[in-house]
Amino acid sequence: MIRRLLAVGLIAGLVAILPTPPALALMPDEILDDPNLEARARALSRDLRCVVCQNEAIDSSNAEIARQMRLLVRERLVAGDDDGQVMDYLQARYGDYVLMKPPVKPETYLLWYGPAVVLLLGGLGVAFYLLRRPKAAEAAEPLTAAERERLKRLLDKEDA
Amino acid sequence: MRYLLYFLPLVIFCGAGVAFWWALDSGRDPSRLPSALIDRPAPEFALPPIEGVDTPGLASGDLATGEVTLVNVFASWCVPCRAEHPILVRLNKQEGIRLVGINYQDKPEDAARFLEELTNPYSRIGADPQGRVGLDWGLTGVPETFVVDGTGRIRYRHVGPIHSSEVESLILPAVEEARK
Repeated sequence: MIRRLLAVGLIAGLVAILPTPPALALMPDEILDDPNLEARARALSRDLRCVVCQNEAIDSSNAEIARQMRLLVRERLVAGDDDGQVMDYLQARYGDYVLMKPPVKPETYLLWYGPAVVLLLGGLGVAFYLLRRPKAAEAAEPLTAAERERLKRLLDKEDA
Repeated sequence: MRYLLYFLPLVIFCGAGVAFWWALDSGRDPSRLPSALIDRPAPEFALPPIEGVDTPGLASGDLATGEVTLVNVFASWCVPCRAEHPILVRLNKQEGIRLVGINYQDKPEDAARFLEELTNPYSRIGADPQGRVGLDWGLTGVPETFVVDGTGRIRYRHVGPIHSSEVESLILPAVEEARK
């Protein structure tokens, strides 16, 4: 009896510490029967931002609005939209914010190209500094005969 | 001239400081999104009335009436909607602004009780139990209020409840602008 209790306790303990898979926001009733469409829906859901959660895709958000958006994505796919049309549909209603990856356009040039520009400016600065630095070899010019003579005289005078 | 270059890091630092200060302290709320629908026609939709409520339903055709309309999205389960309600009544009764509603993800009996308890200032209410039309309006939560001009174009979007201080500063100017 005690042994059996111990075994049960041990198993329960093991189960409790086993790593659990990440919780899915997606509810079973949302999943489409067609595995191809469902796969496309999941892929799109990862690129669409939940509009109330700052930086979470609708695929992983438990917000009610995210659920509504997931259902809408599936509805559009079932209606025969291609992936681009689904994205456009949501973008027309929620703006660029709904896209996890901002589109490249004049307003976002700073965002996309800013880091490259900063890197380029830094690189130019380093190159400028290295090229302008006086070379060590130039500094070590040998003394002329006259200079050597004068140096010798000065040193001799000090000794005297 | 060369010495000016030494001030460059200080200038960059000050510039970055001002930018960060602005981002933190200007009262800008990053969760308030600009609506993609401003100056665009209201979405196409047709919603039935709430079951058991006499007010007729709401469709896109009811918005292009030549009159400026406030479209208020509300739900009985939404506490801020309750707080906002007297202000909507005031905008409708005292300012004479046409007010219609979209009842978002609500049970008809709850919505009916809500309207009975707080009075019903809406001339039309569309029931959107699935929240599907809400998505077409680019809704992020309730309440939200849209100012729609006489041609049926969305001119202003207010996210969250209308506070009494915002009537004078935001809502009435937006309505005035839409009347032009």
